[in-house]
Parts: sequence; C-alpha cells; structure tokens
Amino acid sequence: MKIVAVCGMGIGTSVLLKMNIEKVLRELGKDGDVDVEATDIGTARGAARTADLVLTSAELVSEIGDVSTPVVVVDNFTDVSEIAEKLTPFVP
Amino acid sequence: MALAEHLVEDAIAVGVTASDWRDAVRRSGALLAATGVATDEYTDEMIATVEKLGPYIVLAPGIALAHARPSPAVLRPGLSWIQLAEPVEFGHDKNDPVWLVVALAALDHDGHIALMSSLAAVLGNTPLLAALRDADSPARVLDLLATEGSPS
Repeated sequence: MKIVAVCGMGIGTSVLLKMNIEKVLRELGKDGDVDVEATDIGTARGAARTADLVLTSAELVSEIGDVSTPVVVVDNFTDVSEIAEKLTPFVP
Repeated sequence: MALAEHLVEDAIAVGVTASDWRDAVRRSGALLAATGVATDEYTDEMIATVEKLGPYIVLAPGIALAHARPSPAVLRPGLSWIQLAEPVEFGHDKNDPVWLVVALAALDHDGHIALMSSLAAVLGNTPLLAALRDADSPARVLDLLATEGSPS
C-alpha cells in the first residue's frame, strides 16, 4: 500500500504529516506494509494516481483535482489521534 | 536531537505584536535573515505561498509553519520562532487564530529531516506547547525546547 501526504511545497507540512502517518502505522503494526511519501502540490496529481490513499489539508483538495484515489482531509497535522481515526478505515 | 539544537536565541522572539498574518510572517522571515538562514527574498516567497495556496500552513490549532520551496534565497536549513502577543487570523477554517509562527527554510526535500522530526515531537506535545505559549523570553523558549523537545 502507498500513502501520499500532500502540501504546497513538499518540505514542511507534508513532511510533518508523513512523520505522523508513519507513527500511526507503527502503532497499528502496519509500518512494514505501507510506503508513505511526502509530495508537493505540483507532483501530487501524478503521485496520487499510483497511490492508494492521499492525505492533505482542506485548502489543497481542489488543487489535487479529480483523481480516483481516495483523498482524506486532515485538520490538525500534529494530532496523531485524528490521523489514526481517519487512516485506520483505509489500512487493511 | 532536541529542537533547541536547531535554534539560536536570535532566531526567537516572544510577545511580538503583528498587525496581521503578513506582518507575522514578515517578522518570522526577518529572524531567518538576521541569523543567516535565508535572505529577505525568502520572506516574500513565504507570503506568496499563502497568497497562492491559502492558509494551509496553519497546520494545527494556533500554529503556522511558514515556509516556501527551496530557492536561491535559502542559505542553509533553519528555523525561526515567533510567539505573538495577540493571536492573528490567517483565514483558516479550523485552526485560527495563530499564536505561534515557525518559519522553516530548507535546501531540498530531505536535508532537514532531523529538524522536522524534532519539530513534530514539539508540536505534538500539548503540555509543552502550553508552557511555550507562556514563555517570556527567547532563553526560556530554548530551555523548554532543550529539556522536553526531544523526539520520543
């Protein structure tokens, strides 16, 4: 499984989100099965096509545009429990 | 590595008065310039990022991570830390108003991972953030980040 964390520039918010996604996956015992990638908005559309799940902020959903991959909106990028709650239904 | 090791006192300001979000970002950028992390052009790039993509940099309640893409305006990876006297609105639906602006500069996508890991540990630590919000000097901020800011 591949998860893409998207932010505007690919160096700040998405890296933080990636770290917290990986923390959640470790707690779920799924970190060996899932590849998490942080990406900027410019490459997000391409990355989303090959991913199983996209996590981003509400402001950036429209920038990603129409992709068939599920897009999950995270409000608080530092809240591991919110990320866990939104991520868990998608992780087999 | 604790976040304090990525910051110096001159990159920290507390009780800062900012008239609006642009002013807050400008002040955080001025500290990057003062400490040799980036040039003034980087400040303009951070503001342009929000103007173009919206206030998504407000990544948690009360906290903005101001940044722009790696550019010639970045001299080395680094941070600045601005605690605002009065919170300002960035226009975010859920996480306004902002009391802490952390400005981040990076040279590439991977060279600042240790720094981001320390930052994630601090921003995920609610009691530590409450103490940081009350910190009355840059030295106090550094003390708090040194003692409690290590990644778990």
